Amino acid sequence: MTLVLEAAALGILTGGVYALMASGLTLIFGVMRIINVGQGALVILGAYLSFAFFRSWHLDPLLTLVITMPLMFGLGVILQIVFIRPLKTDREALSVLVTYALALGIEGALGYVFTTNYVQLRAWYETASFAVFGFHITYVYVFGFLLCIAILGALFLVLYRTSFGGALRATMLNRTAAQLIGVDVDRVSAIAFGIGVATAAAGGVVFGITNAFNPGSHYDLISRLLTIIVLGGLGSLRGAIIAALIMLVTEDITAVVISPVWATFVFFVILVVVLIFRPQGLFGVRVRDRI
Amino acid sequence: MRQPLSVTCLGLGLLLAACGGSSTTPGSAAPITIGVSVSLSGDFSGDGKALEQGYDLWAQDINKNGGLLGHKVTMKYVDDASSTQQVVTNYQTLITQDKVALVFGPFSSLLTIPASTVTDRYGYAFPEPAGGGPKVFTRGLHSIFFVQPAAVEDNLVSYTKWLLSLPSGQKPKSAAYATQDDPFTQPQVDKAKALLEAGGVTTASYKVYPAETTDFTPLALQVVHANADVVVLGTQEPDAVAFVKAFQQQHYNPKSLIETTGPDQGKDFADKVGAGNTEGIMVPAGWTPDAKAYGNDKFVSEFVAKYGGAPGDISADAAEAYSVGQVVDQASKKANSIENKALITALHSGTYNTVQGPMSFDSSGKPQGGVGVYIEQWQGGAAKFVYPTSVAAAKPEYPKPNWP
Repeated sequence: MTLVLEAAALGILTGGVYALMASGLTLIFGVMRIINVGQGALVILGAYLSFAFFRSWHLDPLLTLVITMPLMFGLGVILQIVFIRPLKTDREALSVLVTYALALGIEGALGYVFTTNYVQLRAWYETASFAVFGFHITYVYVFGFLLCIAILGALFLVLYRTSFGGALRATMLNRTAAQLIGVDVDRVSAIAFGIGVATAAAGGVVFGITNAFNPGSHYDLISRLLTIIVLGGLGSLRGAIIAALIMLVTEDITAVVISPVWATFVFFVILVVVLIFRPQGLFGVRVRDRI
Repeated sequence: MRQPLSVTCLGLGLLLAACGGSSTTPGSAAPITIGVSVSLSGDFSGDGKALEQGYDLWAQDINKNGGLLGHKVTMKYVDDASSTQQVVTNYQTLITQDKVALVFGPFSSLLTIPASTVTDRYGYAFPEPAGGGPKVFTRGLHSIFFVQPAAVEDNLVSYTKWLLSLPSGQKPKSAAYATQDDPFTQPQVDKAKALLEAGGVTTASYKVYPAETTDFTPLALQVVHANADVVVLGTQEPDAVAFVKAFQQQHYNPKSLIETTGPDQGKDFADKVGAGNTEGIMVPAGWTPDAKAYGNDKFVSEFVAKYGGAPGDISADAAEAYSVGQVVDQASKKANSIENKALITALHSGTYNTVQGPMSFDSSGKPQGGVGVYIEQWQGGAAKFVYPTSVAAAKPEYPKPNWP
């Protein structure tokens, strides 16, 4: 029983990190109706940027976010303007190809600069832990979870308490109608893409402290992130958070109770059952944009 | 996993650059190309790079000495992205389109098994440095040769012998096992488990996990809860690092900890877990920079001169790849031919000297009569041979010191 509780606690803490990585993906889908399969590669790029500052300037990995998040935001805006904005027709299908090409480009460039050897970010809190009822909770997971709450909290504030957030939500609801009432949809999309990529930097740094990674690590990541946003409901931030927690808690408990071999399978059973009853995911809305 | 075009282009670019920069004495016979599928991306990319370095260094050496039986050698590498599908395509292309004269093996049993089916179909000899799982030898192929001191399943045999030889007061009572479901790691752990159980060490926990696992902490938690005296892990490098960190996080100090791969990666491993945290960790190893094996001193000094770093940083993968070249060189001289058929016949008899020690091959390509696999232990910031005692550079630390 203790082991199950420990696995659940661990699942919640690591789930926060996945929620952070998936939030950018779901936000980008919500605003632009595009599936950014490059999100995993952007997470790894974020981790490598932090690694570069960590290696050169011996900065604490979490502190590097002060530099990497604005950098990644800028990169996101540029990527949106150069690669996504020109897609005028068949955006959903074409965006998959374009962002996949982006992922391969990022992987190739990272391999060239950093080689394909595994690297890992190091900090005092990666192994330091404190005891709660005999179970040792590692600081890095707690910091990662707090970072997730802080960034997702800020994201909710922007979405629900600012005029830009209003414009962004209007674009998410109906792109054409938003344009008609004067929302600069192109600008909103570029900023939303930038925010999505900046959250990838934040997720990347925690991923990089808890996992050894190399430029090819994005393949496993993106498949997990896509599953999370499908379960949560495409475009739903709340859904992404809940789904990430469900995924990690289910997998971790299954791994300790039954076997790690069954961990992913059990999660997919939950996913299929949810989709049978709610094809739009847990918090997704049925889109009727073509009447 | 698809092969990224960018990575392929980059690999080709590097290959061309390497070819352009070489200054070798051409042999008297026609130059030949040797084809290899290496993992330059994906799970095995670190090991793939080390193989490439080992092969390149051998090619440089052989060309300096007049070539392989007089033929100047050029290596051609193709990235397989650690994919079992891509590795098949790569060898097919190397043989049928590039018409390479010889092929050398890729990294891991996982890739060697499908690759060897293709190379055997075309009658190519397939000397390979890193595919030693039991399945490699049970498919009736006579063209494959595993160039390591012992078959993979025997890698932990020395370790179990050492544990069982401890005085009764120190002998461990229980062991916990966790391994990837990989043809390289699982057979080693399964054999160690059988031997230790036969020796009276009870199994406190045994878990097999998929190679795609990214979150290893729940697995580590189970090992911690088993609270066994000894922990035996069937790992590649990322999980080897993750387990060490998780044990530290949980303040779990087994009396002995051995991992199948990871701690043998020298500085690369120490950088990831922290140099101070490596103390006492063990790993089976067939090669060390200090070994007094055939050509090892030269290999180590040339490797450091070509790629930089210190001898302790050299991956065993590079030494294994270099050994493949040494074996083929000696076989070609013995057969007086570089024809694949003649090489296959030659390799099935006789003993070949390598930087990993002498070895010969049985009809299935399994190494025979070699020196066996040693046990290395991290002591004072470096991995040292500690068992068997005949080759040991230091005494094993037992129990393993607690985490700092």
